[in-house]
Amino acid sequence: MRPFAYEAAADADGAVAALARGTAAARYLGGGTNLVDLMRLGVEQPELLVDVTRLAHGAIEPLDGGGLRIGAEVRNSDCAADRAVRERFPVLAQALLAGASGQLRNLATTAGNLLQRTRCAYFQDVSKPCNKRAVGSGCPAIEGDHRNLAILGHSEACVATHPSDMAVALAALGARVVVRGPGGERTIAMPGLHRLPGDEPERDTVLEHGDLITAVEVPGLPWATRSRYRKVRDRASFAFAVVSVAAALDVDEAGGTVRDARLALGGVAHVPWRALAAEDALRGAPATRESFEAAAEAELAAAEPLRDNAFKVSLAHNLIVRTLLELAGA
Amino acid sequence: MMAATPAAATPAAATPAAAPPATGAIGVPLARIEAREKVTGAARYAYEHQPDEVAYATAVPATIARGRISALDAAAAMEVPGVLAVLWHATAPRLQPVADGELAVLQSGRVAYRGQFVALVVAETLEAAREAERLVAIGYEPEEHDSLLREDHPGLYAPETVNPSFPAATSDGDVEAGLRAAAVAIDKTYRTPALHNNAMEPHATVALWDGDDLTCWDSNQGAPAHRATLAQVFGLDPARVRVISPHVGGGFGSKGSPRPQLVLAALAARVVARPVKLAVTRRQMWAVTGYRTPTIQRLRLGADAEGRLTAIAHDVVEQTSTVREFAEQTAVATRMMYAAPNRSTSHRLVALDVPTPSWMRAPGECPGMFALESAVDELAIAAGIDPIELRVRNEPEVDPHSGHRFSSRGLIACLREGAERFGWAGRDPAPGVRREGCRLVGTGVAASTYPVYRRGAQAFARAEPGGGFTVGVGAADIGTGARTALTQIAADALGAGVDEVRVELGDSALPRAPVAGGSAGTASWGTAVVKACRALRERLDGEHGGVVPPDGLRADADSEQDVADQEPMARHAFGAQFAEVKVDLDTGETEVSRLLGVFGVGRIVNPRTARSQLVGGMTMGMGMALLEESVLDPQFGDYVNHDLAGYHVACNADVRDIQAHWIDEEDPHLNPMGSKGIGEIGIVGTAAAIANAVHHATGIRVRELPIRLDDLLWAEAADGS
Repeated sequence: MRPFAYEAAADADGAVAALARGTAAARYLGGGTNLVDLMRLGVEQPELLVDVTRLAHGAIEPLDGGGLRIGAEVRNSDCAADRAVRERFPVLAQALLAGASGQLRNLATTAGNLLQRTRCAYFQDVSKPCNKRAVGSGCPAIEGDHRNLAILGHSEACVATHPSDMAVALAALGARVVVRGPGGERTIAMPGLHRLPGDEPERDTVLEHGDLITAVEVPGLPWATRSRYRKVRDRASFAFAVVSVAAALDVDEAGGTVRDARLALGGVAHVPWRALAAEDALRGAPATRESFEAAAEAELAAAEPLRDNAFKVSLAHNLIVRTLLELAGA
Repeated sequence: MMAATPAAATPAAATPAAAPPATGAIGVPLARIEAREKVTGAARYAYEHQPDEVAYATAVPATIARGRISALDAAAAMEVPGVLAVLWHATAPRLQPVADGELAVLQSGRVAYRGQFVALVVAETLEAAREAERLVAIGYEPEEHDSLLREDHPGLYAPETVNPSFPAATSDGDVEAGLRAAAVAIDKTYRTPALHNNAMEPHATVALWDGDDLTCWDSNQGAPAHRATLAQVFGLDPARVRVISPHVGGGFGSKGSPRPQLVLAALAARVVARPVKLAVTRRQMWAVTGYRTPTIQRLRLGADAEGRLTAIAHDVVEQTSTVREFAEQTAVATRMMYAAPNRSTSHRLVALDVPTPSWMRAPGECPGMFALESAVDELAIAAGIDPIELRVRNEPEVDPHSGHRFSSRGLIACLREGAERFGWAGRDPAPGVRREGCRLVGTGVAASTYPVYRRGAQAFARAEPGGGFTVGVGAADIGTGARTALTQIAADALGAGVDEVRVELGDSALPRAPVAGGSAGTASWGTAVVKACRALRERLDGEHGGVVPPDGLRADADSEQDVADQEPMARHAFGAQFAEVKVDLDTGETEVSRLLGVFGVGRIVNPRTARSQLVGGMTMGMGMALLEESVLDPQFGDYVNHDLAGYHVACNADVRDIQAHWIDEEDPHLNPMGSKGIGEIGIVGTAAAIANAVHHATGIRVRELPIRLDDLLWAEAADGS
C-alpha cells in the first residue's frame, strides 16, 4: 500500500475545505467498505482521505409533507431499522436489507452507498484494461465476462452496472441528494446523480471533485406505503443483484386503475434505472397483468443485451410484472 | 442411527494385541478438543507466527498467459523504504528439481500461465512489500496463448494414468453392441466448470533458517510430506527441515502438496538471512494453489425394458497445464458403480496455458458422479422406471471392474433408508406439474460413493510418569476434527478416558504419517495409533504391572506392513442424496428446500464432527450445483471472477433443511476402527440430486453446471396454471 494522509473533518465546510487542499487523488472516507477494498486492490490510490463520518450528518429527520431527510452519515443498518423509513418507504428499508451483509451494513453510510463503484471484474483488476479505471485502455468486458453487466444505456466504452440496491429505491422515490461543494450547497434529483457511461465512463456521477453529499431527502409520497423492493441474485444472500425492481403503486380501488406508479431497475445499467416509460404506460391504465406487461415491454424496448445477458431482459420483464401484480393485490 | 456399540471394534487381522476393555470413547459426540482455542483466537495459524526480525514477502504474478520474461527493473521497487530484496529468475538461488514443476519457482523466465509467480519482494513490512510489488517493472515477450478447453481441441491426448495411478481407459465387453441391443438408451454430454477450493485460510508460510536447519510454520494437509519435498528442493537432509502446522483453516485438497509460497518463503529467508513470512492472497489462489479442472463428459447408457443396463460408456475431456500433468480420474467411479456386461471409460487431456489443476474435494468422483447420476436419472425417465428402483436393479454382486468382492456396499440400504426419511414413496415422476404459489417443486435422488483408502503411518504412545498418555502422529487437522477423533481412537485402544489422552499432530518432527487426503486420514493415522496404544497397554500391563515407570513408557508403531498385507477387496463408501427444489416461475431462482443424505461409511468415530463433514460436503455440493464457477476469459487466459464476491460459495441463507444420516454398517475388512472416510463423500452426487430435482420441478434438464436462473427462466408450469 502507498502512504496516504488521513484527516478527520469536524463539519461539512471543514471537509470540503480539506479536500480542496488535496490533489485530485483526495477522497472522502465514509464507512470504507468499498473504498478501502479498492485501495487494497490498487484501483484507488488516494493521497488524502478526509473522514466524513463525524460531521453531525447522522440523523433521520422528518420533512414537511411526509418526507424524510436522511443524513449522509447514517449507517445502512440504522436507516433500514428506522421506524419512519420502514413505515413510509418500505421499498427503501427492503432495498437496504437486500444489500451486502449485516457487518457491511453496520459500517456503510448513505452517501457511500450511493457512490460505490461498479463490481465489474475488469474494473477491479489493475492488471487488465478498463476504460473506467484507466481512460482509453479499452473494455474487455464487451468480449469477456459480462453475464451480470448492463442491458440498458451502456456504451462502446463501458458496460458496467451500478451495484447499489439503496440507490434503486431512492431513484424510484425521486429522492434529492443534498450536496455541499466549494461553490456552496445544491440539490440533485435522483436518478440524476448517476450518469450513463457514454464516452466518459470514468465519471460515475455528475458530482465535481470536492463535492460532499450531506443528506438525501426523500419527498413525501403517501402511497409509497405500498411499495416494495424485489432483488434477484444468484446466491440467497450477500450477492449483487442480477436484476432488481423498486416499485410503488397507487391504485384507485374503486375504478381499478393506476393513478400513479414509481418503478426503477437495478443491475441493468450504469445508473439506477428509473423506468419512466413504464411509469407513463401505467398511469391511467387498468391495474391488470396486461397493463403491467405492456409497461414492462415499453421500458425494455430500449434494452440492448450483450452476448451472454439476454436473459436479463426476460428476467426484468417478469420481475416488473410480478412485483406490480403483488402491489396491486396487496 | 449412530453406531451405539463401541465394544464392536472389529479387530483387523494384523492387529498385534487383543483389544483392551472398551472405554466407549469411540462413537461419542465429543466436542472439538481445540474448540476453545479456536474461538478465542488463541490457536495460532501459520501466518500468525512471529519470529524475531521477521521480514515480509509478497509474490508478483505474471500478467501474460504465455511467453518469456525479457527484463525486470527493480530500481523503483528497491527505492521504497524498507525493501530488502527483489528476486526473480535471474537473481534467485538455484533449487533442486522436483517432480512438481510448480515448485521450480523463479528458476526460469518461462511463463506458463497468467498469475504464475515470477518475482518476489521482501521488505521490513507487508505494506512496503506490497507497494514495491506494484513498482516491479517486468518486460515480457508474450506468445499467443490457448487457454480454453474444447471437446474438439486438436491437442487432446490420452494420459498414461489418471490420478493417482488408475488406467486412463478401460473396456469390457462391447459397448456398441450393448447400446444397439438396448430397449432404451441415452447419449448426453455434461459439463462442469473449473472450481476453486478456496479454503478459508489462504496458503501461508513463515520460514526461519538457523544455519542449514530450516523451520517452516506452514498451512498444509501433511507436515511430513511437505518436509520431504522441501528438503529435496533445497538439497537438504530431511532431518534438518521441520514443518509445523498445528492448526490449518481448511484445504479441500489444495494443501495436500506443497505450493509455491512454501518454497518462496524459505528461499527468501535464505537470501535476506532473516525469517520471512509469505501468504498467498485470495486472488492469487485462483492461479497458484490448484483447482478442479473443467470437464466435458459424454455418457452413453443402454438398458433393457426392465431397466437392466446393457452398456455404460463414460468418456471424459479435461485440461491440465504445460507445467505439470494432472489428470482428474473423472470416470473411475463409473467403473464400479453399476453392473453391465459392456462397459468402457476413457479420459483425454489437453495441456493449455492455464494454471495447473489439482485435487479438490473428491477429485474424480465429484464431477464424474454428476454426469453419471444425471444420466442414470435420464435413463430412468426414458425407461419409465423409478430412479431408485433402476439403481437397485443394477446393483453388482462384485466390483465389475476388478472382480473383487465388496468389503461392504451400503448403496441399496442408503437409498431405501433415504427414501423412507425423505418421503419418496408415491412420488409422481411427471416433470413440471407441482406448483406451490409461483414456484415449481420437484425432487431428485442420486447415488454417492467414495473409495476407502488407507496408507501406512507411524505413531507413538507414551504413558507419562505424572499420569495420562501422550500420542504422537504426523497427522493434520485441517478443521475436520482429526485431533478429536484420534483422541477418541487412542483412548479406546488404551482403555483410558479421553481426558487422559493428549494427541500431538501437525509437526514433521512427529512420526511420519500420510497427508489428510483421499478421506484416508482417520483410517491411516488411526491404524498406527491403535497399534502403538495397544502395544503400550500390553507392555504397561504385562511388564510393569500397570504402573507407569518413573521415566514413563513409550511404544512405537508402524502400520506399513499391516496396510500392505490387507486382503485385496473392493473397499468403498456409498451414499444416497435426496433433494427437493423450488424454482420460481418468474425468475428462475432455485431454492434447495430440502437436502438429505444417507451414507454407508462404516463405524462413526465421532457423530458430531462426522455430521459436520457430511453436511459440509453436501453444502459444497449444493454450491457446485447452483453457484460455483470460475469463469475463464480466453482474452487473458485467467479466471476473472477471482474473489469471494465474484465466485459464490453457498452461504447460510442458501441452506434450508439439510440432514446427514448414516446406516449401521459393520465392515471387518477396513481398519481397527471399522471406519470409512467421510471427508469427501458428502460432496459426491449432491449436484446430480439437485439437477435431477430441477428437472423434476421444471422439465428442464440442465447438463452444464452451475444451474443458473438463466437456464430456468423459460420454465413453464405443465399443469396449465
